[in-house]
Amino acid sequence: MALAEPRLAIATPRPREGLAEVIARQGTAFWIVAALLLVMPLIANPFWLVQILAYAMILGMIALSLMFLAGYGGIVSLIQMTVAAFAAYLVAIFGDSAITQISLKWPWWTAVPVAILLATLFGTLGGALSVRTEGIYTIMITLAIGSAFYYLTLQNYTIFNGFSGFNGVLPPVFLGVDWGSTVPFYYLALGCAALAYAVVVYVSRAPFGLALQGTRDNPRRMAALGFDVVAHRIAAYAFASVIAAFAGVLLVWYQRQVSPGTGGVGPVVDILIIAVVGGLSRPIGPFIGALVYVLLRTFALDLLEGVGFEGKRYQLLIGLGFLVIVLFSPDGLIGIWQRLRDRYRRGRETQAAQMRVGGGSP
Amino acid sequence: MRKALMAAVAACALIAAGGTGQAQEKLRIGVMATLSGALTSGGEDGVRGAQIALKQRGGKIAGREVEFIIAATDASPDSALRAARKLVEQDKVQLILGPLSGSEGIAMRDYSKTVPNVTVVDASSGALETTYVNPSPNYFRFNSNGAMWMAGLGDYVFKDKGYKKLAVIGEDYSFPYTQVFGFALGYCKAGGQIVQRQWVPLGTKDFGSVIANIPDDVDAVFLALGGGDSVNFLNQYGQTGGKAKFVGGSIMVDQTVLSSRGNAKRLLVGTPSSGGVADAWDDPKWKAWVKAYQDAFPADKRFASPSLFATNYYNAFNGMATGLEKVNADLSDGGAKLRAELAKVELDAPNGPIKLDDDRQAIATTFITEVVETPNGELTNKFVRTVPNVSKTMGLSAEAFKAVGLPSRTNPECKP
Repeated sequence: MALAEPRLAIATPRPREGLAEVIARQGTAFWIVAALLLVMPLIANPFWLVQILAYAMILGMIALSLMFLAGYGGIVSLIQMTVAAFAAYLVAIFGDSAITQISLKWPWWTAVPVAILLATLFGTLGGALSVRTEGIYTIMITLAIGSAFYYLTLQNYTIFNGFSGFNGVLPPVFLGVDWGSTVPFYYLALGCAALAYAVVVYVSRAPFGLALQGTRDNPRRMAALGFDVVAHRIAAYAFASVIAAFAGVLLVWYQRQVSPGTGGVGPVVDILIIAVVGGLSRPIGPFIGALVYVLLRTFALDLLEGVGFEGKRYQLLIGLGFLVIVLFSPDGLIGIWQRLRDRYRRGRETQAAQMRVGGGSP
Repeated sequence: MRKALMAAVAACALIAAGGTGQAQEKLRIGVMATLSGALTSGGEDGVRGAQIALKQRGGKIAGREVEFIIAATDASPDSALRAARKLVEQDKVQLILGPLSGSEGIAMRDYSKTVPNVTVVDASSGALETTYVNPSPNYFRFNSNGAMWMAGLGDYVFKDKGYKKLAVIGEDYSFPYTQVFGFALGYCKAGGQIVQRQWVPLGTKDFGSVIANIPDDVDAVFLALGGGDSVNFLNQYGQTGGKAKFVGGSIMVDQTVLSSRGNAKRLLVGTPSSGGVADAWDDPKWKAWVKAYQDAFPADKRFASPSLFATNYYNAFNGMATGLEKVNADLSDGGAKLRAELAKVELDAPNGPIKLDDDRQAIATTFITEVVETPNGELTNKFVRTVPNVSKTMGLSAEAFKAVGLPSRTNPECKP
């Protein structure tokens, strides 16, 4: 693989920036959100911490891995949820669960790394299978892999335990902390999500990420420059799969169980919806999309009943919500935010310009 | 900057408001039902059943107004857990009515052990394991399980109908396994043979290969399907021009299917089945319940008569309410008193008397029925006979029942 050489070639023109510069570059909004998330356990109750925020962060990580592929590599892969579900299954199979005849009861510190490794391998292989296709064909192949995995888990009883899947998968107790209890689990999810976010931001600016964006914009030219486009894309799949696999481990600890429904066609498409609604242009998009998704999923029924409609139409409300967002902003919620900010700035500039003009007259 | 701060403060306030909850003036009961997926129509009818029961009590239990908080699931254990956690952690309910479907029940049994102050009254789920393997002390079930609903059907099909060889088509999850299990116990003992079992995923749309695989030399096909899957199967079977006779699982010939549109359901005329209800039973209590059901909702918003799900939710709610009345709706002790009373509840339900065994599982009546067409073109279940006092060991001793093993795709074997 000709990955190493071009990396050096690109790395030179960009000076490394220190930690201080990185910190200074973030806007106030970033710091407010970060601080808010850190002190969240003081203001929010357990339901909001785990069922809404931690769940949104886990889904956000899976959607982030899709955003990385789609936003920087131009690859719309539907395999990310399947990778996460596979990792979740592996944690249940290698680790401990209530299905004692299948689970191998390895300690978590062997089960989890093996699960992440195998799930990454699975995601990379899936990527290698679909890497030579573009656009709709990538979607088709990855969706096919996803639904094949769904039906395998649904009908295989010796390894995946069929429709019921595995229940009783508990988060570990480590360093004297029960990571399954509310606040530790929230911080665990927050830590993983923040790490995944930071790594994606870093990689997107690193030579590898820049080269990947090059292959997105003009693969033929990149190939002419000496980059191995296929190798870059497979490496991107591998990187995205690591994030999805981590999210899968968190997912099984969050749910305390995993069943075929975890990786069904519904959730696979949901991840795409989350990424698109949040916005594919920036790594924060998937997390925002996930939060909106979780809120809608959780409260749509209550909302409908609250205003006196029949609750059973709740899925209509969810669909309409997403439709409206995508219709008004092709770049998702991130796009709306950006446009609002631009308008606000422009408005201030013109105001300032008018003031200057006005200030001249007596 | 100031705007961003304001927004942040507002967000905090919102979250905090969501967290405080309301004073426990109203009695809040979480109702779990399958409101999406293959069993949607059943879930909706279940909710109707619970609403009617609440209305009959004037919306109150022991003088306290009752509020239903409905949580939607899609019959998968994942969705059931998510719904239950939302009910318990966000809505702070101490009482859950539900779930509806078999694998959901198993997931809820294990979940209920982690929330000992919450009392779960199962509303329709029919897996055997739910109350048989590691039962949970705060989990009650006033309906029979899928095996119990089949008690006596095997005998009837073999002796009275004369079907000696059967093929099975069922959905690939715990409830159909349990139904086939219960059916096979009686049917194989009587001398019948099950020559083939085909399991299809829940929510299957295309039954083409399944239909082509049905052996020619069977006397009938046992269908353990439900909701949308049954209708899809019948439509496609009708299109192939098949002429097989059927034996139906409990939710195969339920009103959710018999009231569906289209002609395919007519294939079911003459199909023997058994379950927790018989549409055309002439018992006065049953008739009163059917009338209450029909009066409560306009004809286009309900089935011709209450489905198994409506009846089960109705009974489950009444069971819960009877227990609550005994303790004056006092849950301040985490529901311990309530659970002691619930275990003693004996319901005089529209579908026969119900009492609970030591594992808080109903001992109830099973009805053997046959699908007939009424003069005005509606399909209904003709009452054939009742099998009273069916317990979860199906009339076997505990040891003999244990020796049969648990329901699965292949258990029990039914070879001559």
